[in-house]
Amino acid sequence: MNASAYGRYELLRTFRNRRLYIFSFGFPVVLYYAIAGPNRHLHNFSHTGIAATVYFMVGLAGFGGMNAVLGSGARISAERAVGWNRQLRLTPLSTRTYFRVKVLTAYAMALVTIGLLYVAGATLGVHLRSGDWLEMTALMLVALLPFAAIGILLGHQLTPDSIGPAIGGTTAVFALLGGIWFPITSGVMHKIAEALPSYWLVQASRVGLGGHGWGRTGWLVVIAWTAGATILARRAYARDTQRV
Amino acid sequence: METGIELRGLKKTYRSPGGPVEAVRGVDVAVRPGETVALLGPNGAGKTTTVDMLLGLQQPDEGSVSVFGGPPEDAVRAGRIGAMLQAGGVLRDLTVRELVSMMAALFPAPLETDHTLALAKLDGLADRRTEKLSGGETQRLRFAVALVSDPDLLVLDEPTVGMDVESRRAFWSTIHDLSQTGKTFLFATHYLEEADAYADRAVLMARGRVVADGPTTEIKAIVGTRTIRATLPDAPLEALEQLPGVTRAERRGEAIVLASADSDASLRRLLERYPEARDIEVRGAGLEEAFLQLTGDEEEVAA
Repeated sequence: MNASAYGRYELLRTFRNRRLYIFSFGFPVVLYYAIAGPNRHLHNFSHTGIAATVYFMVGLAGFGGMNAVLGSGARISAERAVGWNRQLRLTPLSTRTYFRVKVLTAYAMALVTIGLLYVAGATLGVHLRSGDWLEMTALMLVALLPFAAIGILLGHQLTPDSIGPAIGGTTAVFALLGGIWFPITSGVMHKIAEALPSYWLVQASRVGLGGHGWGRTGWLVVIAWTAGATILARRAYARDTQRV
Repeated sequence: METGIELRGLKKTYRSPGGPVEAVRGVDVAVRPGETVALLGPNGAGKTTTVDMLLGLQQPDEGSVSVFGGPPEDAVRAGRIGAMLQAGGVLRDLTVRELVSMMAALFPAPLETDHTLALAKLDGLADRRTEKLSGGETQRLRFAVALVSDPDLLVLDEPTVGMDVESRRAFWSTIHDLSQTGKTFLFATHYLEEADAYADRAVLMARGRVVADGPTTEIKAIVGTRTIRATLPDAPLEALEQLPGVTRAERRGEAIVLASADSDASLRRLLERYPEARDIEVRGAGLEEAFLQLTGDEEEVAA
């Protein structure tokens, strides 16, 4: 078995689907200019101590990244609809390799979105040390793990006609409660936000302050969500051998 | 000699909004290596559920499945089973060659992609995107996918659906050639002609059970029944049942309905004895009706 050849075709297939480009890649960039553009002179955005351009760059990179990794759910759902999921069960492909390839493909999409947002950020004057760029990106990729698992979970449970709204809704709720559209700094909302991986996705922008990344709470929340979502996704995949 | 497929006492019940549905109610089938066997039956007979259990895609509630002496999962992992599942599509955004190569990458000892394409008569379409294929071409591609692992057992569930006459013939001739190489074939179909022409043996299923299992000539005799219907108010059923070839006689108001294994003989004698019979219709019983006769209890079918 040649998992890397299999993965290459999966990647090729994903990037050939041009219809996804506008929403996955274009939409977050347009939103970024629309929101961060008018606020680009705010260097201490909403008392966060972070420039608006950096805050929204990371926020929308996170938003686009969430969309991108959840998007694997839409592909899985479409594959199941034509019976391909069952066809794969008749090959030696292991659950582990299946998950790895799905997650890596999703991450490839997410990295394109994140990269585009960084370029957009730079055009609005975002300056970071190269180490900070890397650390920020690494934190975001870790915070996207639970969403990659949720994408696979949804893909194995929903049909193509319901997956779109489910992904859109999931992204919207996590983005809103996690503080992607506006910072959440106090009160009950902050307590809720702290328990969500999307909050820590945005908090990766704190690296831009030269400060620490997440602290213990952040890591615990992200790890707990990743573990929970992965268990559910594996269970959904294991059960999903029926005709749909 | 190596063992082939053994299905023993398979049972499977589904939950459904209308209550439990017993899809498979006790199936025993054995297939020797190298045999070509048709699983023949009308829609809803339990063929696809049986195939699913054979492939390990569903676990039987009762009974056991053995493929080449082990559980189907082992045969799958070894790349020894290839399957065309019922009514499926293919992945889009790849060319025909890319898709077959992608699947080949998953198996320990696959065939060359180009060789596989040639076997499935797809050589001319190798660079075509899969979403641009016709229904019959898609079926051929699915066949190529089933074939690419160079399996010892090929399971085909209604493989010729969507193919035109020409593709069907080409398809079966490929199957025939491959069966000469010692591969084992099991195909599910509701076409008696396909089973008759291409299988060594047919296993007849109806309502979740095997109702007959034997050489296709035997099966053909069993299901080759015709129905004679005529308006004939006064003839006693007992007398009609004695007519040559008649296996069953029924009255429906003024009309009689005869099931006959030799409709020519039955009809000649019928008209000799009852010249007043009119509105005569002779119909080839479909598989479905033939199965009803084999299994008798009709009310369950309506459910």
